[in-house]
Amino acid sequence: MDVEILARIQFAFTIGFHYIYPPLSIGLGLVLVIMEGLFLKTGNRIYEQAVRFWIRIFALIFGIGVATGIIMEFEFGTNWATYSKYVGDIFGSALAAEGIFAFALESGFLGILIFGWKRVSPRVHFFSTIMVFLGSLFSAVWIVVANSWQQTPAGYHIVGKGLNARAEITDFWAMVFNPSSVDRLLHVWIAAILAGAFMVLSVNAWYILHKKYLEIARPSFKIALTVATIFSLLQLYVGHRSADGVSHNQPAKLAALEGHYDSSSRADMYLFGYVDNSREKTMGIKIPGGLSFLVHGDFNAPIPGLKAFPRDERPSQVNSVFQFYHLMILVGMAMIALSLLGSWFWWKKTLFGKRWLMWIFAFSVLLPQIGNQAGWFAAEMGRQPWVVYGMLKTSDALSKMVTANQIIFSLILFTLVYIVLFALFLFLLNKKIQHGPVDYGAREHIEEGTKRDNPMLDHGSNGRRPDI
Amino acid sequence: MAFTSEKKHKMHTFLGVDLNTWWFLVFGAVISGYAILDGFDLGAGALHLFLKKEQSRRIAMNAIGPIWDGNEVWLVIGGGALFAGFPVAYAAIFSAFYVPFMVFLIGLIWRGVAIEFRSKEPMRWWRKTWDIVYCVASIIISLSLGLMLGNVVGGLPLNKDHEFTGDWLFFFNPLSILVAITTLALFMMHGAIFLTMKTENRLYIKLHLLSNNFTIFFVVSFVITTLYTLLYVPHLSDFFKARPGYFVIPLLMILCIANIPRQLKRGKYRYAFISSAVTIALLLIMVALEVFPYLLYCPQNPAGSITVYNGASSQKTVKILLIIALIGTPLVATYTSFVFWTFKGKVRLDEMSY
Repeated sequence: MDVEILARIQFAFTIGFHYIYPPLSIGLGLVLVIMEGLFLKTGNRIYEQAVRFWIRIFALIFGIGVATGIIMEFEFGTNWATYSKYVGDIFGSALAAEGIFAFALESGFLGILIFGWKRVSPRVHFFSTIMVFLGSLFSAVWIVVANSWQQTPAGYHIVGKGLNARAEITDFWAMVFNPSSVDRLLHVWIAAILAGAFMVLSVNAWYILHKKYLEIARPSFKIALTVATIFSLLQLYVGHRSADGVSHNQPAKLAALEGHYDSSSRADMYLFGYVDNSREKTMGIKIPGGLSFLVHGDFNAPIPGLKAFPRDERPSQVNSVFQFYHLMILVGMAMIALSLLGSWFWWKKTLFGKRWLMWIFAFSVLLPQIGNQAGWFAAEMGRQPWVVYGMLKTSDALSKMVTANQIIFSLILFTLVYIVLFALFLFLLNKKIQHGPVDYGAREHIEEGTKRDNPMLDHGSNGRRPDI
Repeated sequence: MAFTSEKKHKMHTFLGVDLNTWWFLVFGAVISGYAILDGFDLGAGALHLFLKKEQSRRIAMNAIGPIWDGNEVWLVIGGGALFAGFPVAYAAIFSAFYVPFMVFLIGLIWRGVAIEFRSKEPMRWWRKTWDIVYCVASIIISLSLGLMLGNVVGGLPLNKDHEFTGDWLFFFNPLSILVAITTLALFMMHGAIFLTMKTENRLYIKLHLLSNNFTIFFVVSFVITTLYTLLYVPHLSDFFKARPGYFVIPLLMILCIANIPRQLKRGKYRYAFISSAVTIALLLIMVALEVFPYLLYCPQNPAGSITVYNGASSQKTVKILLIIALIGTPLVATYTSFVFWTFKGKVRLDEMSY
């Protein structure tokens, strides 16, 4: 295999694995803020136990997120040196802002979030929780800005020629607020919140099914269900805006998302389908003129199709782009349906009696994960063959001196490490969930004598520290 | 290269120093911050297996528990600072150091995993395995950091597009190996002092002893590295030979090192720790003075080296970066000190733990 494909596989694999975790941190961060806020407000110990339980899970997820994230930052340099030189002037300021404003905030206060329950006052702890949540939100800002700039470049000019050409910044705020960044940021934020909310739903549904910790599981479930319902509905609107933006800024990508080839005809919207890129045909169940309607409010308005673009400026994997995009939408709709159904039964006061629904919720943690991955695959594959849309092709962005063997070496290494990492993650997650949201010992009793000096005896009298 | 000369014409300055140099200083400060902060937790990891008892190991690991993650973020900021201000150097350095850097990253992951997972299961084999992973990973990380630093300082063969033309065996040159060992020794000394500061009783006595031994280890490897540099890599001492006044820096560093055993003896661990932190900072300042203005020196063709001028982002970006740093640094400093203050004092296990 050639260097380009290998480098892309490596990037997709490492970023895909990494992207399981940060959205969960963002989503769980919001849930933590809500739960701890309720605890401070009501003084109800149920919320305290729920918060402390989810902090432990948050810590696990955050740890893996950091470890896999460091890899990402340097992979630009190792595998994509030409790209790094080309975009460094622009990408760089976003990355620096991310480091200083987001990561440092998150990681600094994380120590207090995890270990500080008894070392600082409840208010200071709540403040730290908010800071960690804000830090995770900010980190999404800068990375999405940088990625959106690759989709819709703005605020730059090109300096130099050939190998030395690069984009230089002319207007920082135009770069930050490039045409797609706001829509895409909201889209990513909401998707991340859904990831967290559905994880909380899932675990608590499992407890409810097994009649465990009901007094904690039920209120937690309701909190998460509220978050899930609000944000899955919001996502419908934000997702539509994002697609609308693509239709203006990246017509070739939109055409690939819907498998639309002929510019003259109205554009259909597929529910399911298959794209035969060699014959330039798309088959499936469709709403005739649906895409035209969504973009222009008119079922017969023409939309530029893939045939309007030279073959070497279209994504080569049209079918994959199409499938990932439709999978994402399907998953999004499923989340809306599920959370509305849950809310309906909650209103009817029969929610926790519906065992079949609880079973669905128990597995629903997978929905946002599938949606997140599929959405990014559609976004990134849809941008091909460009790495910076219309400016730099992926094939030109590689490190010139890096060989296929080096990439295979590191890819094998990463695969092995990540498999083990994922197995351990599932093992420990399961262990924490089995352990449940309970602190066995009477915490107050411990608190008296050793309040200020002991980060170790955090959770309970079984003598084992759950974290670190 | 094409736009180097043109660039120098429109160099902006601040307090009489051009912006690129300012960013070089910021980058240097971040790297020093990383070396000082992650240095002690890497060092604590590297000496982990010297501690024999289960309880000692737990205390040692918990001493860095709440802060190692925050320390590692300095690496992320350092990488961002290099990418942002000097993208040409970033691209050249990380594509050149492909193999050692991957080893470094994998080590970093395993180390985090080991800290995260070690105490989650009570079985002896489980904890022992993670102890070994933790220790070996910390050693590998320290060595590979030193190895890369040594190669950056000593210089790499580059072609006209600033791309590395050697292979990975090139990295194992004598200078780099010496720098790698010195880095490990430095971190182990630093880590041992940190743990001394955090522990009590017999564990404290043991770590006190280890601190002294690692200080000797560091001094010996530092002296050998310095002698080797003076004899075989003369271009690295040009700066100090030309400006004898700057010899005050190595002098200060020697005083700092000498201060470490003295303070340990007096039981002033915090001063000992500060001395070793200052030692690291002074060491890196010396390195920075010796390499400036080169970011990546090419001994075969010095004109083809990457400097803070031909490897930099545009003046506008450097200016934006400096503004971001100016706003962000005080914030980061404030809450980092708050977190350290929250977790100050000795680590202690009591009857509730085992």
